[in-house]
Amino acid sequence: MRAAASFKRWLFRLYGPEPAPIVLTQRRIFVLPTRAGLAFAATLGFMLIGAINYNLSLGYALVFLLTGLGLVTLLHTFRNLVQLEISPGRADPVFAGETALFTVLINNRRSSDRCAVHLHFSDAPAVIADLAADSTSPIGIPSPAARRGWLRPGRITLESRYPLVLVRAWSYAEPDIRCLVYPAPESSAPPLPLAACGAAGGAPGGSGLEDFSGLRSHTPSDSPKHIAWKAVAREQPLLTKQFTGTNQAEAWLDWGALPPGLDVEARLSRLTRWVLDAKSAGISYGLRLPGLEIPLGTGERHHETCLKALALHGGKES
Amino acid sequence: MAARKARTPAASLDKAQQLWLLACAFLALLPAAEHVPLWLTGVAGLALAWRVILWWQGLPLPPRWLLTFLVLAGTAGVFITYRQLFGKDPGVALLVLFMVLKLLELRSTRDALTVVLLSYFLLLTHFLETQSIGFAGLSLLALIVATAAMASLARRGGTVAAHLRLSMLMLAQAAPFMLVLFLLFPRVQGPLWGMPVDAYSGMSGLSDTMSPGSIGNLSLSGEIAFRVQFDGAIPPRQALYWRGPVLRFFDGRTWHAGVPQIMPSRELPHAVSGPAIAYTLTLEPHNKPWLFALEMPGTLPANAIITSESQMLARMPIRSRLRYALLSHPEYSLGGSNSADSFKPLLQLPDGNPKTRVLMSQWRKEAGGDEALIRRLLAHFRQESFFYTLTPPLLGEHGVDEFLFGTRRGFCEHFASAFVFAMRAAGIPARVVTGYQGGEHNPVDGYFIVRQSDAHAWAEVWLPQRGWLRVDPTAAVAPNRIETGLATAVGTGEPLPFMVRADLDWLRALRFRWEALSNSWNQWVLGYTPERQRELLSRLGMIEPDWQAMTAAMGTLCGLLLLGLMAWALRKRATRDPLLRAWERLSGKLSRIGLARHAWEGPADYAHRVAAAQPVLAKPVADIAALYIALRYGRAGSREAADRLNRMIALLKVPTRT
Repeated sequence: MRAAASFKRWLFRLYGPEPAPIVLTQRRIFVLPTRAGLAFAATLGFMLIGAINYNLSLGYALVFLLTGLGLVTLLHTFRNLVQLEISPGRADPVFAGETALFTVLINNRRSSDRCAVHLHFSDAPAVIADLAADSTSPIGIPSPAARRGWLRPGRITLESRYPLVLVRAWSYAEPDIRCLVYPAPESSAPPLPLAACGAAGGAPGGSGLEDFSGLRSHTPSDSPKHIAWKAVAREQPLLTKQFTGTNQAEAWLDWGALPPGLDVEARLSRLTRWVLDAKSAGISYGLRLPGLEIPLGTGERHHETCLKALALHGGKES
Repeated sequence: MAARKARTPAASLDKAQQLWLLACAFLALLPAAEHVPLWLTGVAGLALAWRVILWWQGLPLPPRWLLTFLVLAGTAGVFITYRQLFGKDPGVALLVLFMVLKLLELRSTRDALTVVLLSYFLLLTHFLETQSIGFAGLSLLALIVATAAMASLARRGGTVAAHLRLSMLMLAQAAPFMLVLFLLFPRVQGPLWGMPVDAYSGMSGLSDTMSPGSIGNLSLSGEIAFRVQFDGAIPPRQALYWRGPVLRFFDGRTWHAGVPQIMPSRELPHAVSGPAIAYTLTLEPHNKPWLFALEMPGTLPANAIITSESQMLARMPIRSRLRYALLSHPEYSLGGSNSADSFKPLLQLPDGNPKTRVLMSQWRKEAGGDEALIRRLLAHFRQESFFYTLTPPLLGEHGVDEFLFGTRRGFCEHFASAFVFAMRAAGIPARVVTGYQGGEHNPVDGYFIVRQSDAHAWAEVWLPQRGWLRVDPTAAVAPNRIETGLATAVGTGEPLPFMVRADLDWLRALRFRWEALSNSWNQWVLGYTPERQRELLSRLGMIEPDWQAMTAAMGTLCGLLLLGLMAWALRKRATRDPLLRAWERLSGKLSRIGLARHAWEGPADYAHRVAAAQPVLAKPVADIAALYIALRYGRAGSREAADRLNRMIALLKVPTRT
C-alpha cells in the first residue's frame, strides 16, 4: 500500500503546495480515453470488420479517418490544458458549514481560447470555465468549509474533455492557498450580555450619528436618510448605514462568563454569534478568551480580529 | 481516487446540442431512404418530424413504454418484410429503426453519443450501395456535422461557427492519418465469413440467357461494364468484340447457355496466330463469373478458366472490381479440327416458326454451299427493309417468323436470334454469342470505356475445316452500330441513355473529365486491393511488403504525425507585437556585451544602466529608449515610427567586449 501511495505521489508529483505560478507542463498532464472514447474505439473495431468483410474501400477510409480523429482528439484535449499558469488568488473568510470560494488566477498565454476546463478540489463540485485567449481569468473554486480554522483545500484537479468527449485530460496543481473559517454562529443564542453604559466616560462605541461604522440590515423604523442607496444600486438588499457616536452600550464577550456545561466549540459558536450581534447592534465590544483579550472596539477591522481569534482558538494557527 | 470519479456536469442536453444531434442523424439517415422498405421510410420520416416538433416546442419526450412498443413493432415489421433479422438489408433497416427511436429518447450525453456512433455505422452501410465520389463528399459532410455535434457535447454554448470550424480543423488533422492507414494497413481480401445471400443484389450486366428485349434493356443503361487500358494503339472498332456468354439452347423464345464445359488444366480451346494486342481490363462487379476478353485471348489471367466455347470465367462471381492483364489475337481458329458430328446439338431447334424453316430449306437447295447461304441471308437483311431499333414491336408465339416476315424491326438480339435459327434450320451448326461490342476512348486519361449500352449479341457458325466463324447480322443491317457505336446507328428520337448521346459535345467533354476522375477514384481508392497495395508499395521501394513491414511503416509514420501534432500543441506563440519584438531585439543585441535587459527593468532604467556601463552607447540607446517609450505609452503609434525604431536598433553599433 505504501509503495502504491508513493508511486502515486511520484506519478502525480504530489509534494505539497508549490510556488506560484504553477505551469502545467506536458509532464504534468495525464490523458486517458473516457468511457465514451472506449465505446468509440469499439465501434471503429466493428466497422473495420464490416469494411473488410464487404471489401468497402470507402469503409476503410471512414474507419481510418475516424481513427485519425481519435488520435487528434488526444492531442487536442492535451493541448486544452497544457501550459496553463496557475497563481493563487484570495479567498474571503467564511463561517463553518458554508462553502469557501478559492480564487485562483489562471493565465492562458495562447492566442486561442481554452474551452470547458473543469476545476475542482478533490471531492467538491466543479466549476466549468472558458479561459479567454491571452488573458488571466480569476476562477472561484468552491470547497466546503466544515471546521473552523485555516482551511487548506489541497490540490486542484483541472480536467477537460474538450473538444470531443472521447478523451479526458487532467492535471493536479496545488497552489499555496488557504481560507480562514470562522466558527459557525450559534443559531439560537441568548441575547448579548450588555454592560452598563458610560462607565469609562468617553469610551468609543455605541451607535450615534457622527462616524460611519458599518451596515446592518434595514428595519422599517430606520430613517430613509440612513439607507445605503449605493448598496441598493448594486442590487443588494436594503441596508441601513450605522454611525458611531458616544455614550452607547458596550459588551464584554467573555469565555469565562459562559455557562460551565458548554464545550469548547459551543462556546466559540456562541461568542461568534454575539460578535455578529454586537456588530449589527453597533455597540462597542471586547472579547476575552483563555490567554487572550481583545479590548473594546468597533469597526470592520476589530470585527475581523475578534472572529479570527475565535477561528484560531486552541492553537489552530498554522 | 475520488478525483477520478465521473463528473458529468449536467447530463441533460440543451436545445442547441439536440439540434446538432438531429442534424447529424438526419444526414446519416437520408441516404438510407432509398434502400429501406417504404413503410420504414414513412415511419422514420414521421418519427423525425415528431421529434423536431417536440424540439421546437420544448415538449417532453414520449414515455418509455411507448418506445419499447415501437421497438418491438418495428423489429416485427422488419422481420415480416425480410423473413429474417440478419443480413445486409434487414441490418440496415434495423439500424434506421434504432436511430429514429434513439432520437425519441435523446436525453443524456450518453444517448447523444449513441446517436453519433449509430450515424457512423449508418454511413458505413451506405457504402454497400454506392462508393461514388459524390457520395464520399456527402459522407464527409455528415462526418463534419457528427464531429461538431460531439464538440457541442463537450462545450455547451459554443457558437455554430466555432463548432464547425473546430470539426473541420480536427478532420483536416486526421486526414494524414487516414492516408497512412489507408495505404499501409495490411489489406485482407474479404469476405471474412459467408456473406448474406442478399449482399450483391442490384448489380447489372449480361446474363446467361437472352430473350427479345433483354439486351435492348441493358442498352438503356449508361453504366460502365469495364475499362480497358491498351498498351499500344487502340484497335479499330470493328475488331472490338468482347466475348461473353455463349448461348446454345433455344426454347422458341429464350436462348440459354446450358452447362459450360470447362477445359481441363486451363488449356485454350482455340489456336491463336498473328500479332497480339496487349491490354489491362478493369471489370466492374456484376455478380456473375464471366470475364470478358477481346476475341480471342492468347493467355489466361491467374485464377481464370475457359470453356470449350472460349468463354473466360472466374472461379467465383465477380463481386468486387477486378483487374487483369491479357494478350488477345484477332486471328484465331476455333474448333476447325472437330468433326461435324460433335456439333449435332447445335442444330437442335424447337417446334414452331414454320415459314422460316420452309424458306431455309428452299434456300438450301438453291444455294451452292454454306458460305453462299450465309451471304444470301445477310444480303437479305441488308436489302429488305429491316430496321435496327431500340423499340421493336413485341413478338408472339412464332417469334422468328414474325420478325423475318412481319415486323422486321429489331435490336441486335432479334437479328442474332433469327440468324442462328435460320442457320440451324438450314443445317449449319450455329450459336449466339453475347458480350460487348466497341466502346469509347476517353482522351482525358486514355482509358477505353465499355458500357452496358455497348452490350451486343452476334452469331457464330461452324463450317467444316474453317471452324467457328463470327457473323454479325447487325452489321449487315446497321453498319454504323459496329463502326461508330449505338448513338449513330439508331434513328433520332430513340430513348438512348443520356451518357451516349452524340449531339451534346460539350457535355461529352465534361463527361470524359468526370469519368477520368471516377476512373482514378475506382483504380486507386476503391480498387486498392491487397494486390494493388503490394504492387504500389514495391514500386515505392518497400522490398518485401508483407504485413510486418507494413505495420512497422504504418506505426512509424503515425508516430511521426503524432510528434508533429505534439509540436503544434506545445507551440508557444511568438510575440506578435512588433514594438515588443524590436525592444527584445535591442536587449538581445546588447546581451552580447553582458547588458541584457532584466525582466523587471523599464526602458528608462535600462537605458541608464547601459549608459553607465558603456558611455559610447549612451546617446543612441537613450534615443531608442525615448522613441520606444513614446511609441509604447504615447499616442504617436504609427507604422513608420515602428520602422524607424527597428532601423535604429539595426544600425546600433555594439562595441566588442575588450
